Amino acid sequence: MTNPSGIGQSVRRREDFRFITGNGQYTDDINRPGQTYAVFVRSPHAHATIKSLDLAEAAKAPGVRRILTGKDLAADKIGGLICGWMIHSKDGSPMKAGGHPALAVDKVRYVGDHVAVVIADTLNQARDAAELVNVDYDVHKASVDVGLTQKAGQPQLHAEAPNNTVYQWHLGDKDATDQAFAKAAHVTKIDLVNNRLIPNAMEPRAAIGEFDRGSGGYTTYTTSQNPHVARLVMSAFIGIAPENKLRVIAPDVGGGFGSKIFIYAEEVVCTWASKKVGRPVKWTSDRTEAFLSDAHGRDHVTTAEAAIDAAGKVQAVRVKTIANLGAYLSTFSSSVPTYLYAPLLSGQYDIPAIYCEVDGVYTNTAPVDAYRGAGRPEATFVIERLMEVSARQLKKDPAEFRVHNFIKTFPHQTPVIMAYDVGDYPASMAKALEMADYKGFPARRQASIKRGKLRGIGFSAYIEACGIAPSKAVGSLGAGVGLWESAEVRVNPIGTVEVLTGSHSHGQGHETTFAQLVSSKLGIPIEQVSIVHGDTDKVQMGMGTYGSRSGAVGMSAIFVALEKVIKKATTVAAACMEVPVDQVDFVDGIFEARGTNNKMAFGEVALQAYVAHKFDSSVIEPGLKEGAFYDPKNFTFPSGVHIAEVEIDPETGVTKIERWTAVDDFGTIINPMIVEGQVHGGIAQGIGQAMLEGAVYNDAGQLVTASFMDYCMPRADDLPSFDVGMTTTPCPSNPLGIKGCGEAGAIASPPALINAITDALGHENIAMPATSQAVWRATQQSALRHAAE
Amino acid sequence: MYSFDYQRPPTIEEAATALASSPDAKVLAGGQTLLPTMKQRLARPSVLIDLGGIAGLQSISRKDGMLVIGAMVTHHAVANSQEVKSAIPHLADVAENIGDPQVRNRGTIGGSLANNDPAADYPAAALALGATFKTSQRTLSAEDFFQGLFTTALKENEILTEIHFPIPKRFGYARFSNPASRFALAGVAVAETAAGVRVAVTGAGADGVFRVPAMEAALSKSFAVSAIAGIAIDVKLLGSDIHAGADYRAQLIKVMARDAVTMAAS
Repeated sequence: MTNPSGIGQSVRRREDFRFITGNGQYTDDINRPGQTYAVFVRSPHAHATIKSLDLAEAAKAPGVRRILTGKDLAADKIGGLICGWMIHSKDGSPMKAGGHPALAVDKVRYVGDHVAVVIADTLNQARDAAELVNVDYDVHKASVDVGLTQKAGQPQLHAEAPNNTVYQWHLGDKDATDQAFAKAAHVTKIDLVNNRLIPNAMEPRAAIGEFDRGSGGYTTYTTSQNPHVARLVMSAFIGIAPENKLRVIAPDVGGGFGSKIFIYAEEVVCTWASKKVGRPVKWTSDRTEAFLSDAHGRDHVTTAEAAIDAAGKVQAVRVKTIANLGAYLSTFSSSVPTYLYAPLLSGQYDIPAIYCEVDGVYTNTAPVDAYRGAGRPEATFVIERLMEVSARQLKKDPAEFRVHNFIKTFPHQTPVIMAYDVGDYPASMAKALEMADYKGFPARRQASIKRGKLRGIGFSAYIEACGIAPSKAVGSLGAGVGLWESAEVRVNPIGTVEVLTGSHSHGQGHETTFAQLVSSKLGIPIEQVSIVHGDTDKVQMGMGTYGSRSGAVGMSAIFVALEKVIKKATTVAAACMEVPVDQVDFVDGIFEARGTNNKMAFGEVALQAYVAHKFDSSVIEPGLKEGAFYDPKNFTFPSGVHIAEVEIDPETGVTKIERWTAVDDFGTIINPMIVEGQVHGGIAQGIGQAMLEGAVYNDAGQLVTASFMDYCMPRADDLPSFDVGMTTTPCPSNPLGIKGCGEAGAIASPPALINAITDALGHENIAMPATSQAVWRATQQSALRHAAE
Repeated sequence: MYSFDYQRPPTIEEAATALASSPDAKVLAGGQTLLPTMKQRLARPSVLIDLGGIAGLQSISRKDGMLVIGAMVTHHAVANSQEVKSAIPHLADVAENIGDPQVRNRGTIGGSLANNDPAADYPAAALALGATFKTSQRTLSAEDFFQGLFTTALKENEILTEIHFPIPKRFGYARFSNPASRFALAGVAVAETAAGVRVAVTGAGADGVFRVPAMEAALSKSFAVSAIAGIAIDVKLLGSDIHAGADYRAQLIKVMARDAVTMAAS
């Protein structure tokens, strides 16, 4: 019997009713009795010393409760924001990080940096008063350009980090790589910029801090992807309150894409200030503040080379990247261009030697941290541009060249940490080529040329490392935390189930997919299952949602807890049916005493577990509730092939995406509809990066793209219909075989699109975002080789 | 938003008097630029004088060979007016392609023209058609009305009341949109009226909407795409920003002019 809400079914998202009927409960929807409002005074300068801060006039403004500055934080011994991943430079020295106070002390380092907070009875009063805070700045020159910030004579951001250099890190075998280059028959060299992106979740960040004088405890409501990590950081590192006196609630959260992983100044300040003010303190970001102060993504400058032998096999890859970390180190920023980046440079290819150097640098720009894909899109852009350009230079078919270099046996140890467990790369390529009608491309190109258009096709055979991550392994690489996940399965006496999970849901559909797992395992209807997340007082512990880890890690934890529940319930059922435990089978929600007509439904067993009338409670504990902490054994390695096909109007540079084929291997899929939605959304963001989006700071460090008038988000009419297919090799390292799907689209799509555009142009000289202007200018340089053919 | 007073006078005379009585008063026509600016605290009017209560400003009619549109007619109303569709069909299309439904339902033709946003669509259409602008005080030609970026000939206490469009032999407008804002990176309006052929460009000019005499002369001789094929646009006239350089805008003007001529000729 097929369970209509079981694993593999496209169950409609149960959470959507409340979202689309306006019944969601987001942080800004929450209003606490006596609540006050915080407005942050932000630096209008990218780099300045605060000579004086005059609060007198603002303090007299109507409704003002308190105005707090960095000095007040220091007086209360509240620590600065932290970066939770220690990176060591190649010389063995620890990274050189400057302080990151939640409110600036003496110096501001980017436009939007926090100078003071004004707390008043109404939002408008707080805004009015914030305008009266008089800050006397000594404005310095700003260091804005990631490629220049390490050069002599550049303005220095932090005394701790000479030449604005946080670390000079490396990975791989330099000698082996250099030797392979010395012997290479062909060397491909490319220069790349991975453009800076601004996440723009639909719901801007928000926070409410509330202090309860009776208990001496704080509650923080915040837009977080990982409330337990927020509590851990605010307790153990920032020092607001011990964990048992700090409850963090992340209610409905309207998208994160990584930007809500981090612990920001605003939630820290609102929580701390709530005790000083004696009232709840609420802050909601407006869109401009979001542009200025949410952690941005990407922003790499890279030179990459491939050494290829006479047989067309890539023997080595050498990469040098400068990664912009912004003005301060955000929570996980140091790890993104290092351990989330370089270990993916092997792509899907059997490359014997890889060497990657990464300099992490400060600039007078907003902090840069993980954004959908986090390091892996950057790595995929490097390797997939390198493979495409190599194929072109060697006059080989780009698909065949890739297949020739694919890893074909597993497990496979790359030269850059990762041990790939399973995959079938030729299978996804073959399927993608067929779905994309690659054979028909030459005819389509000719038809385009006849109409005066340029047509190109581009590939991206991506891999990512998800299921982040085995705790011991990441600990050895510098992580400050373990990356397991926890789950608790509470069975109620009538057989309904609550699952408490540390995997926060902010758009992913966990309330549906996690319930599908429970429905499948326990054989009960999905309506009897509730998923609880986002509250440190309810959920025992958790590491949150990012890195496509909720399926592979979060659901594995639920799986293990469910196994324990079934084991316990089986002992109860056996006692009730008066048969030995090993004589009881559990099938489709029914416990059966083998060889008899005795059976008990799951709900009956649950009731018996709670009433405890039919078993010896000195042998079997009453109740039915189990928990699990699941630590992954390995990363998971989703992979696939995306093929983009574009037509360019050379007169305007308008690039129309004619076809998009995505074939992904995500292992086991719980809900195909939700997975397909994740693929669509990821591709949309990748197309945004490749064609539309790009944060622009001017030389003074002003963010020029600080609104949707200037920062171009992808819209439905910018996107084609996506042709999505799957191949499946179940992941062997977790019980469900899940690999993860949340970031694949954003990782795969930028190189596919740029490879297609450069194929159409006939030269490689275009950067992201490939706007219509950029493409038009490139067509001016182009020899219009196809037209000439 | 800062606090402000609000008035809704019943006549244009009272509106003008109210406008004169406070130096920081602002006219509220549709508010699609003004209100967002106020919400961002970038504008601080002491009083908003809402023209929505003045009955005479919301009509569309045909008078003496002219299409007369009241200043408070919304983009949505222009787009769906049978009068407009029969007199200048592609002017209805101009209105239909402004902004989004919210903007079209609140924004007005008078508000747009009086704001003279250098990337707005209406200024190009009005300049190409040789519209005349009736105000609370006088009548102005389109040339005299548009005075550069966000600047018009309207005096402090003067209120735009009607726009009179000559009914052209043909008219077309083509826009290449800024991918982010969807305002014009280059929009070209082409009209042939009894007064001759006029070509007006929005979105691209360094100093706002402007005419292209070379294209006008060429189209006067022959109203065909081929007539303007070789005409280059002087990049010195054009704006340059993060979205488009003057070189690209010059190219877009050529392409949009061609599309507008094709539309007008069809």
